[in-house]
Amino acid sequence: MTGYIFKRLLQMTLVLWVVSVIVFLMMSFTGDPVFMVVPIDATDAEIAQARRLLGLDQSLFVQYGRFVTSLVQGDFGNSYVFRQPAMALILERLPATLEMVLVAMALALVVAIPLGVYAGANPNSRISRTIMAGSLLGISLPGFWVGMVLIFLFAVHWGIFPSSGRGDTAEIFGLRVSLLTADGWHHIILPAVTLSLATMAILLRMTRAGMMEVNRQDFMKFARAKGATRRDVLYKHGLKNALIPVITIFGLQLGDLIAFATITETIFSWPGMGKLLIDSIYRADRPVIVVYLMLVALIFVVINFLVDIIYTLIDPRITLK
Amino acid sequence: MTEAAKQPLLDVHDLRTHFHTFGGTVKAVNGVSFDIAEGEVMGLVGESGGGKSVVGFSILGLIDSPGKIEGGQILLDGEDLVKAGEARLREIRGREISMVFQDPMTSLNPLHSVGRQMDEVLRLHSDLDAQARHSACVEMLESVGISRATERLRAYPHQFSGGMRQRVVIAIALLARPRLIIADEPTTALDVTIQSQILKLMRRQIAEKGASMILVTHDLAVVSEMADRITVLYCGNVVERGRARELIEAPAHPYTRGLIDSIPDPSNRHERLKQIPGTVPDIRNLPQGCNFRDRCPRAQALCAEIEPKLSAQRGSLSAACHFPLNPGESA
Repeated sequence: MTGYIFKRLLQMTLVLWVVSVIVFLMMSFTGDPVFMVVPIDATDAEIAQARRLLGLDQSLFVQYGRFVTSLVQGDFGNSYVFRQPAMALILERLPATLEMVLVAMALALVVAIPLGVYAGANPNSRISRTIMAGSLLGISLPGFWVGMVLIFLFAVHWGIFPSSGRGDTAEIFGLRVSLLTADGWHHIILPAVTLSLATMAILLRMTRAGMMEVNRQDFMKFARAKGATRRDVLYKHGLKNALIPVITIFGLQLGDLIAFATITETIFSWPGMGKLLIDSIYRADRPVIVVYLMLVALIFVVINFLVDIIYTLIDPRITLK
Repeated sequence: MTEAAKQPLLDVHDLRTHFHTFGGTVKAVNGVSFDIAEGEVMGLVGESGGGKSVVGFSILGLIDSPGKIEGGQILLDGEDLVKAGEARLREIRGREISMVFQDPMTSLNPLHSVGRQMDEVLRLHSDLDAQARHSACVEMLESVGISRATERLRAYPHQFSGGMRQRVVIAIALLARPRLIIADEPTTALDVTIQSQILKLMRRQIAEKGASMILVTHDLAVVSEMADRITVLYCGNVVERGRARELIEAPAHPYTRGLIDSIPDPSNRHERLKQIPGTVPDIRNLPQGCNFRDRCPRAQALCAEIEPKLSAQRGSLSAACHFPLNPGESA
């Protein structure tokens, strides 16, 4: 196991290195960031000066060398726009995105698993057909539309939830978290629901498909022949066997939502990373984009690693070598 | 043992289990009656598709939609299981009646340790504490011939061979000391050498615990070794039943004769293996008269007209045939 973890860490480093090359090249070929920092009436000498200060006058190799060296040291440079460390900018907004995504994923799981198990266990019942039709809607309705409808109904029409912003936050370990305040929860519900619907629908369908497959297995009937309750048969014997694909999708969706919650954040004016990314792309704020992309790569790599570890906890036949 | 002296443990009367499919109603079990005395082994024999397994699942109330028990009684000590609710059936499953499935490779949950799967039965059906349950599991595992039981309890099914897994399944089935065990083709999926080991094990365990057993099988050789009495099913009906010895040595029904003749005889290697001509008719569309008549060498006009009823024959035998065989007569 330790050998496996070591090997995986090496692999993860390799992946991150490849990502750094791609990110660097992409940044170098898309626009000249120097015009973002100099005044509009800057002279050629001033532009050259700025270029030199930013290190943009060097060859690509030298630039990449510097880029990687500072990456390894945890220094991503200052944002061209905010003149603050890019890393700090991202980290400041990361908790807002993370907490919205975590609430969304938790909501998706809590709804999808029981409904999926039910629909898988009773594939022909009317309730199951309704659940499946609902899940189809969840997959096909675009998030921005759902968000707007929710705002119209719950914020504008009924006035139950606020339409935008993050509300009160409380500080814990230097992070500003809204999950610790009632007002924060009040604000997080609508964006989290919007974000969770598609994932909920996918997880539900995966769970149902897995349960239908597992229900045909002899050991399910054997468990019933032992006298186990229907609930135990479905959840203790069935669900665990249906879980591997669900966990896989869960991991991918988790990374996806953290990285690309942008649309939902924009609709609800949620001050997360997504909003910052969009702004930085408009302004060609290279250091911020770089931190963002590297962070997203890191998150995906780590989540997939954890998912693989979870496989072995679920299924004793899976060994990691 | 005289059957008449004992009140039967299980009395199945006119059981009818039908499956309502798009293609029509499949009368998998259509008026089956038999009984089992305490400590008795009853062989339930027939070809594939003869409704044997459905009888077993009906007794435990494990018939799933589109299947349904349409009528009849299943009396366990006089209590009708057909009318029993799901909660009562759960008490009975594993506790009073347990089951051994055909394929040990698939009847254990691959993600739970063997110990957990054994423990589940005791948690459901006993008041023992964790420690007592553990020692009961160890003891049971040892008694079905698995060594280093304490260690093996922590192992998972994939770490066992097929024969070992079937021993585990048998251990689970016996754990709550049920009075009746339904073994559905318990050795069909195993190697021949393992088969006889498992059969011996089951016979010994059942004798030790004083349990009864319904041995569902297509293999008359297996059943003749194990059973006290045999019930032969064909197309969801009982066509013959009686004491094992008499039935094997001189059956009254031509179908039973055909089954016995199709057992390979090692002393007669050059003779072509006998088989029953034709196949089981479409069970959704059974012909009028005797279901077996198209495959029966003794069929006459009467057989197409009137379905024969089960009636007493020589000795302990009953058969549903208009023209039953005499001893020594071939079909």
